[in-house]
Amino acid sequence: MFKKIKLILASVREYKKYAILTPIFMVGEAAMECAIPYVMSLFLDKIDKMGWNINFVDLLPYIISLILMAMFSLTCGILGGRTAAIASTGLAKNLRSDMYKKLQSFSFENIDKFSNSSLVTRMTTDITNTQQSFAMCIRIVVRAPLMLIFSVIMAFISGGNMAWIFVGIIPFVAFGLIMIIRLAMPIFKRVFKRYDALNESVQENVSGIRVVKSYVREEFEQKKFNAASDKISKEFISAEKILAFNNPIMNFAIHLSNILVCSIGAKIIIDTASDIIEKPDGTTSILGADLTLPALSSLLTYGVQVLMSLMMISMIIVMLTMSIESVRRISEVLEEESTIKNPKNPVFEVNDGSVIFNNVNFKYKEGSEKYTLENINLKIKSGEFIGIIGSTGSGKTSLVNLISRLYDIKEGEILVGGLNVKEYDLDTLRNNVAVVLQKNVLFSGTIEENLRWGDLNASMEEIINASKVAQADEFVSSFPKGYDTYIEQGGTNVSGGQKQRLCIARALLKKPKILILDDSTSAVDTKTDKLINIGLKSQMPETTKIVIAQRISSIEEADQIIVMDDGHIDQIGTHEELLKTNKIYQEVYTTQTKNGGNE
Amino acid sequence: MPPMRMPKNGSHAKAKKGTLPRLLKMLFKNYKWQMLLALICIVLVAGSNITSSLFVKNISSIVTNIVSDKFTYNQEANFWPLIQLLIIMGAIYLVGLIASFIYNYTMGITTQKFLNTIRKEMFGHMETLPIKYFDTHAHGDIMSIYTNDTDTIRQLVSQSLPSLFQTSITIVALLIIMLLNSLWLTFVVLLGTVVMVLCTKNIGGKSAKFFVKQQKALGKVEGSIEESINGLKVIKVFCHEEKSIEDFNKINDHLCEVATVGNINGNILGPIIGNIGNILYVLIAVIGGLFIMFPNTLHNINIIGQETNIDELIGIILMFLMIARMFSNNINQFSQQVTFIVMGMAGASRIFDLLDEKSEVDDGYVTLVNIKYNEDGSFTETNERTRFYAWKHPHKDGGNITYTELKGDIILDQVDFGYVPEKIVLTDVSIYAHPGQKIAFVGATGAGKTTITNLINRFYDIADGKIRYDGININKIKKDDLRRSLGIVLQDTNLFTGTVMDNIRYGRLDATDEEVYEAAKIANAYDFITRLPQGFNTMLSGDGANLSQGQRQLLSIARAAVADAPVMILDEATSSIDTRTEKLVQQGTDKLMEGRTVFVIAHRLSTVMNSDAIMVLEHGKIIERGSHEDLIKQKGKYYQLYTGAFELE
Repeated sequence: MFKKIKLILASVREYKKYAILTPIFMVGEAAMECAIPYVMSLFLDKIDKMGWNINFVDLLPYIISLILMAMFSLTCGILGGRTAAIASTGLAKNLRSDMYKKLQSFSFENIDKFSNSSLVTRMTTDITNTQQSFAMCIRIVVRAPLMLIFSVIMAFISGGNMAWIFVGIIPFVAFGLIMIIRLAMPIFKRVFKRYDALNESVQENVSGIRVVKSYVREEFEQKKFNAASDKISKEFISAEKILAFNNPIMNFAIHLSNILVCSIGAKIIIDTASDIIEKPDGTTSILGADLTLPALSSLLTYGVQVLMSLMMISMIIVMLTMSIESVRRISEVLEEESTIKNPKNPVFEVNDGSVIFNNVNFKYKEGSEKYTLENINLKIKSGEFIGIIGSTGSGKTSLVNLISRLYDIKEGEILVGGLNVKEYDLDTLRNNVAVVLQKNVLFSGTIEENLRWGDLNASMEEIINASKVAQADEFVSSFPKGYDTYIEQGGTNVSGGQKQRLCIARALLKKPKILILDDSTSAVDTKTDKLINIGLKSQMPETTKIVIAQRISSIEEADQIIVMDDGHIDQIGTHEELLKTNKIYQEVYTTQTKNGGNE
Repeated sequence: MPPMRMPKNGSHAKAKKGTLPRLLKMLFKNYKWQMLLALICIVLVAGSNITSSLFVKNISSIVTNIVSDKFTYNQEANFWPLIQLLIIMGAIYLVGLIASFIYNYTMGITTQKFLNTIRKEMFGHMETLPIKYFDTHAHGDIMSIYTNDTDTIRQLVSQSLPSLFQTSITIVALLIIMLLNSLWLTFVVLLGTVVMVLCTKNIGGKSAKFFVKQQKALGKVEGSIEESINGLKVIKVFCHEEKSIEDFNKINDHLCEVATVGNINGNILGPIIGNIGNILYVLIAVIGGLFIMFPNTLHNINIIGQETNIDELIGIILMFLMIARMFSNNINQFSQQVTFIVMGMAGASRIFDLLDEKSEVDDGYVTLVNIKYNEDGSFTETNERTRFYAWKHPHKDGGNITYTELKGDIILDQVDFGYVPEKIVLTDVSIYAHPGQKIAFVGATGAGKTTITNLINRFYDIADGKIRYDGININKIKKDDLRRSLGIVLQDTNLFTGTVMDNIRYGRLDATDEEVYEAAKIANAYDFITRLPQGFNTMLSGDGANLSQGQRQLLSIARAAVADAPVMILDEATSSIDTRTEKLVQQGTDKLMEGRTVFVIAHRLSTVMNSDAIMVLEHGKIIERGSHEDLIKQKGKYYQLYTGAFELE
């Protein structure tokens, strides 16, 4: 766990200065917080003693020092508050940025491991928790124990042996607090997890409300929710019942020490007093006692402070135990090593667009019994047009994802341009192997900005040209703002087919050696689909084109068509060959043509 | 297309007026005795704190008296007054202790119960809201009412409000004590208080303002993270990592800026108020000193105009100082709660907004019942599940009940509709779906296909025209029964946390395992389910994130199959399923729906080709209708689509 905390603290970086300064200022504030009441009691004592002979000259040192101390305490408090805020929000910022960076370095395998919503929670709620406990730590972790020590010392100074009462009470209070924490924390931990589950069920209901209403399951859902909510409430209540002891225990300790101090102190004074004198102004003074009355009253003040600092310490412990879980979740992301790394002496040049698969076996999870891809052997010449067809789950996407090393294989080898994919610099490889993913996204920003993802320095002419090949230029130009049209988050303001064509244009701008279209024209009509294919052929003859499609018409003219079935290659051939010999291909062909050759 | 969602966050950061009274009313209405008990205990705690600290100070004079008696009369010390004092103190402490326990205990429990009530009330109410609410509110915003806003209420009810009450009582009590001792010194304290309140208002207000800003910035960061995570694979494929980090850092920096300002102001408020208190203390001591110095020129009077006895002056000033310190400590505690209160009020206000949303109205009275056919062809109502249904129609006048057999005859007669009145989505749509027919809708995104189904099950109500179900105006049918009679499979599959079995059974809760297996087979999902690690008992979480989109669609078809509703609507239900599998699914559903009415929406023509009638929609109007063959012959839009000369977008 310490390693994890250390890992997180490493993100403080430029805010280290502030993180270190904060406790220093807090020492000042804590010292003043103990000293001010002491000086005040001396001050009062003085006024009391002077009585009617009040003399401001004699009081001045007290007044000035009190004001100075208040100023000093104020300065320390303000500076400490500032530095604590800067350091903690800075840490949060750096953590978010570090996590974001880490996320960007993740391989597909890493990405699959974390669920999207959990990553978002980790980067928001968990970081906020960590930020708060960090601020608390640097402000109070030093201050509270210091207050405790200062107060005990001051108690000894003013009350002598009487201070042992506090020392004796501290362990009892500490024991009580520890018991509370130990009893309540497990409940809290458990209940927070349940709480997450409850929120998830709300989420499901919000997004699935149409299903809920269609099946008239409102009452069912409400019963489910109420049961879950009641359970949580019950658990929280049992935790609250334990926590309810917190304040009374503290108060009991304060009260008990007060009464002890008062009774024992008073007894000592009365028993040991040797005389009492009455001053001319009517006030009296006890002489010769082992304890003075003012000392007794400041003892009472320190008693409160001792216990207050204990309370603060217990609060930090609670906060920290609660945020430990957040720390764990953050460090889990920060510690995650990308499973795909650049080789030591990477190759920065891809010779051509040839692809070779040699005895490739692949599975996503080490433990799974079944291979996703089995015994794949494949030779693709540079510049060829390859079609891939097969039913859902037959391994088409997995196959093409291996080419740009989105996943690594353990068995067999894959060569691109004659070299093993593992020898290339990752960016070089991916810039040369452009993939238009099946589940594709556009980002919030203008169309031009989105297209520039392919090539940041592309000229407007190149952008328009790529859009023309992807059959996107026509509809983009029809928008009032053309290429400056703003795409909303998730690309909700363009249709599915338009989105797909923009994604293709974006990939074309990379001028790749290999272009992979993973079911990228499913929402595009056959005619446009054909036009895209023609454009690709004429504009990019050198580029190897690998097209996964549901529609036979999309790949009919391919040089080779790969028929995938259940993780292996069923057959490779041209359209005519497959139509004659391949059962799966024939079947797909008939379903698509007998009822009409369209989707 | 349903109307756009409202932008996330920042919709109303400030609490509406009347939020606090309403919250309190809700609390007191539900937990009258607990709240009363807690209030009494808080008063006792405050009282015990004040009196005990006053009593403690008495110890000096009592000890002095005892000692003085001891020496004056040369007798054994008489401890009785001391013991008396200690007993009184102990009693006060005990009362405070018990009160503090009771208050913590009841408030802790009450807060949790209250939160539970609110949560359940919100959820229960949310389930009754019309679809429009969900279509017009960002889901993230609705979620945050359950998470963030409820959390602020917890803080508000369990901590801030009681603390506010306790400090207020203490402040008032101390004020009275002060006034009874010295009018002028109280005036000084009040002046100091004004300064403190101003500081709280400015600094605390600024901090609260920036915390609200921080929430907004946090929402932005969250949105950006979400977008990036969803598109992470694309980012990787395009080697766009650097740029995306750069963009993120910009908004992250902004968040840090506002968070820093908010936190700084929050952090410094305490020291500022505390030290104003310290200085005030010195000031009172000085002024008090002046009273002592010039007893003849300066007269200390209390609120009722009594002049202080000169003998008591010193004692009064000393006590006053102690009280002033307690007073400023309480103001400080008060100021610490400002941020929580501002945020809690904003949270409560959003919760009330949700609770105030209008529920779906249902004036329907025609219900759906199972029927059993008798040998002579007539039928009687039954409680068994028979696969045969009838509409039970109680007539308002006369009180007699008629039954209409459910056949699945659905007629849309010149229907007009718009999600917002200004923008008509459907114009003059008429559809005749006769029992046993398969009716298909084809058209571009936004042509109004899904809208039609939204109208049939009354997710939205039509503006003009009529929809009749077996001759009954659907407005007369109880919404629940109407929806129960329609099996709907939507393009966006929504699965729920639970096993695969639970998810399919969602369609009909009393379905046996065998019926679930059967439904899975109809949907062609059986094979892939049995291949999952735990088969039908595999847990699905996060909307079935571990399944492919195609597999999820198969599951939602199975869910509809097990529901076995007499009319089915398939809205792009097979869009992510390959054509081969789709064919198998179609064979299954066709068999299930034999003799029943089915509506199919798809952009893939192979999905709709074998329908009895196909409606081609464009801009909310039906431009062509007929069977596949008819439409091909017509050589219109459908023909163009079919031959690939036109794109469905």
